Formats: sequence, structure tokens, C-alpha cells
Amino acid sequence: MLRDITLGQYYQTDSILHRLDPRVKLAGTLLYIVSLFFFRNFIGYFIAAVFLALVIKLSHVPFKFMVKGMKAILFLLLITVVFNLFLTPGETLVSLWKFTITKEGLRTAVTMAVRLVMLVIGSSIMTLTTTPNNLTDGMEKGMRPLRIFKVPVHEVAMMMSIALRFIPILLEETDKIMKAQIARGADFESGNLVKRAKALVPLLVPLFISAFRRANDLAMAMEARCYRGGEGRTKMKPLAYQKRDRAAYLCIFVYLAVSIGAGRLMI
Amino acid sequence: MSIILDHVNYIYGEDTPFAIKALDDICLTIPDGQFVGIIGHTGSGKSTLMQHLNGLVKAGSGRIFFNGEDIYEKDFDMKKLRSKVGLVFQYPEHQLFEIDVFSDVCFGPKNLGLEKREAELRAYDALRKVGLPDELFYQSPFELSGGQKRRVAIAGVLAMKPEVLILDEPTAGLDPKGRDEILHQIKELQQSSGMTILLVSHSMEDVAEYVDRIIVMNKGRVMYDDIPKRVFGHYKELEEVGLAAPQVTYILRELKRRGLPVDGNATTIEEAADTIAEALKRRPSGKLF
Repeated sequence: MLRDITLGQYYQTDSILHRLDPRVKLAGTLLYIVSLFFFRNFIGYFIAAVFLALVIKLSHVPFKFMVKGMKAILFLLLITVVFNLFLTPGETLVSLWKFTITKEGLRTAVTMAVRLVMLVIGSSIMTLTTTPNNLTDGMEKGMRPLRIFKVPVHEVAMMMSIALRFIPILLEETDKIMKAQIARGADFESGNLVKRAKALVPLLVPLFISAFRRANDLAMAMEARCYRGGEGRTKMKPLAYQKRDRAAYLCIFVYLAVSIGAGRLMI
Repeated sequence: MSIILDHVNYIYGEDTPFAIKALDDICLTIPDGQFVGIIGHTGSGKSTLMQHLNGLVKAGSGRIFFNGEDIYEKDFDMKKLRSKVGLVFQYPEHQLFEIDVFSDVCFGPKNLGLEKREAELRAYDALRKVGLPDELFYQSPFELSGGQKRRVAIAGVLAMKPEVLILDEPTAGLDPKGRDEILHQIKELQQSSGMTILLVSHSMEDVAEYVDRIIVMNKGRVMYDDIPKRVFGHYKELEEVGLAAPQVTYILRELKRRGLPVDGNATTIEEAADTIAEALKRRPSGKLF
């Protein structure tokens, strides 16, 4: 059921991508996402897709596994496409009753959908190949300069990693409570909107209680190990760039230059 | 009337690298009114098996018959099955949500479409059966102790008046007193109402004393399926799969090895005490060794 949602999960395997420094992956993902918004023609998207395919191949994570994660954004994708398709003014292509599909609408809808899918897959590669611990380390070190502006970098990174870590746990918990309530005759699938919303109470109340309980336990466990924020905290394995990290940066910049260069050509 | 499992298979996470064969060709018959203990190590498939019995998990292949009806048949009423086969999950107190104990127990019977009065009667009856004191009925379920919460949760399933009651580790995390009380009440329930009971556990002590039959699961397969005495006779094999016979079994074996003529097959403390007393009587000196 809910366990099928793979968004934000880590996928345990060994690949060059898994071994990369998390900072490279963070920066790479960010640059990749930015690049997607620069393209003006389809060549750019094509280059991005090829790049993405190469990265997926390198990650050793089965593509099927990533596609499963897309289920979560299917609804969002559908809304985006439908709205753009019918509500963009411009040159009419097809007219069905009150709805008209315009040339511009079609173009925006397709671009948006492609952009969204590539964006989600791109960023999920990062979480699939990086453990939450590593990700926090990367974020913390990468954002360190922001401390000059009094940004609580360590705390933000810690919160992010805890949130990420809790996604699968809460999903599992939801699954369990759902089953327990179904066993007591609860019905989550039929009825009108009001009835369905009401049916969620037996699911949400225990879920919130368990989330608070877990948060409480975690806070206590952290305090018991003398955690008191990032001040003076050292690392057992401090991050250090390797040769492969520099090579990866190079690849990313080459990709960025080529794709944006080609993607902004006017045809 | 009974439950029959016919070559049931189930794989978790099929088509992913994490695929695990949770159930491997399970064939079982569970007759009415039997008290069955299902034991197995963590990950042996016992919980998965239980969830098949009320249709929460659908088998990859194989068939399950409840009272002669195939539950995977298209027009089979799953809701009816779930009212007949009550499933109490592990840590069932985590599913409580209502503002007071009584309304929480009413949740199940109300979902069956019963009238308010009938639902309340059943809830009241169920709460009495699990031995919860009356003065707690209108308290918030979250203010109760762990053992009391668990009783409320069990009552929540009992109030649906199931014919088969499945309990997944009902004593996990309880102190010895709470554990014995709950197991006693379950046994009483089975004897007074003739309900079929399936008790999932990994503690041999828990099940040895109460059940008529033990099913040992290992790696998704049924390893042993017999009366407790004969199952615990295989204690060496049980140890190999990370399980163990009740402690008294070990004590008796050791006594026997040292020359006291006791019955090495006793599985409960009472039986052990009897056989030791008898063996001592037969000794003229009255001494152990």
C-alpha cells in the first residue's frame, strides 16, 4: 500500500554515486534543477534527459524503483497539465465544447510536465544515493558560510535529516494503523467527501500521538547522549573532497554549460 | 466450519531488490474452537500469515477458505469476513483514538452497522470480558496504564463478536503479572465462548501453558504443527532456528540426565512440579541425587 512510495528514501547499494561527497550531490542537484528552468527549446531538455539517464545508470538504482516514487506526484502532475493545457490563451488548436487547447497551452503543458518529472527524478536520485546522515553532513558543511548571517546551520541540517529519516517510519506506521482500523471495520475508501474525511480521524489521531511520542523519545535519547546543538561538535569522519568529487564537479559544470548553451539557442 | 489455507504464498516487495518470501507454500487447517499458538522468530512470517486470515493482505498465490467459502472469490464479502475474524495487532493500544474508552470500543460494532444500543451493549460486554474496572469506562484511553490500554484495544475487537480471534503478540511489553492476566482471560474466553483463538508469540512460556496446538514458523514455512509436548520434543531443532523450549523442559532434561526419573516431556510448571514430586516419592531417601 503506502510502502510503495519511495520518494525521499535511501536505496542501499554500492555505486560511484553512493560514494560521492554529499556536497557534490547537493550542489549537482541544485544546479541540475536550475538548469531545467533555463531551457527555451527542446534540445536543452533532451541533453538534460541524457544526463539524467547516465546518472541513473551510474547510481545502480533500478529505474522501476524511481518510477514508483512518481506515484506520489501524479496528482500534482495531472493538475498542472490540465490547467496549462486548457487555460493558456493563444492560437487555437482544437476546440471542444467550452474548452480550447491552444498551441501555447500545449507547449507549456508539455514543458511543465517534463520539467516536473525530471525535477522529481533528479532530486530523488540524491536522496536515493545518500544516507540521511551523509546528507545532513553535506548540508551543514555546504551551508557553513551562512553562519556569518546568524543562520543556525547545524540546527536546520539536523531538522532536515530527522524529517527525512521519519518519512519511511511514519509511512509504515500509517500502514499499520490503517490495517488495524480496517480490521475493526473502518472503511477508508467509500462514501462522499465528508464521510471520507471523517473516516480519517481514527487514522490521524493515533498517527499524531505516535509521532509526538517518537519525537519525545528521540529528543530524550539525544539528550541522554549529551546532544546540545552544533557548538563544539566534532565529526568522526569529516568530509573531504576526493579525486572523484572533483571529477564529478567538472562533469556537472560541463553539463551545465552545454545544456544551457544549447537550450537557450533560438530556433 | 473452519479456516483452510491451501498452498498460500506471499512475497514482500515483489520486483524490488528487497523481495522477501514471507510465506512459502502454507497449507493449514484450523478447526473451530481450537486454541492455536503460532510461534516463530522475528521475520518468520507469522504476522504476515495472520494478516492473510482476515484479508488484509492478499496472497500472491494459493487460496484461503473461511467456513467453506473462498475469500478471494469476487463476490465474497470482505467486510463480513473481518467481522468474523477479529485481528488484534501487535501493540494494539496504538490504534486507540476516541475521547473515552467506551466510545473507542464502540467503534468496531458501529462499523458493522449495528444500532447504537446494540453496539453499546456489546462494548460493555467486551469491556467486562477483558476485566477492565467499570470506573475506567469513561476515562480517556490515553490516561490508562499500558496493560489497561491493551485490554481496551482487545475489547475493541471482541466487541465485534468474532468467531475467530487472532492476537499478534498480545503480551509484548507487559510485565509478568499483566502477561499472565491477559493470557488467562484469553483462555477463559475460549473455554466459555468456544471461540477459535490464534495466539502469535515468540515466547514458548506464553503458549505452552494455554494452547492445544502449536504451529512453528520458520523462514515463511511451517516447521512443526503438533501438540505442544511433541513440538517441544524437538527442542534441539527449535534452538537451531533461534527458538527454545520452555525453561522447565531444560530443567527436567538435566534432572533426568543426572539420574532422577522424571518425565522429560513436561512443558508447564505445574506438570514439572508433579513429575518431580512423583520421582522424589519413588526415591526411598527422598533426596534429589
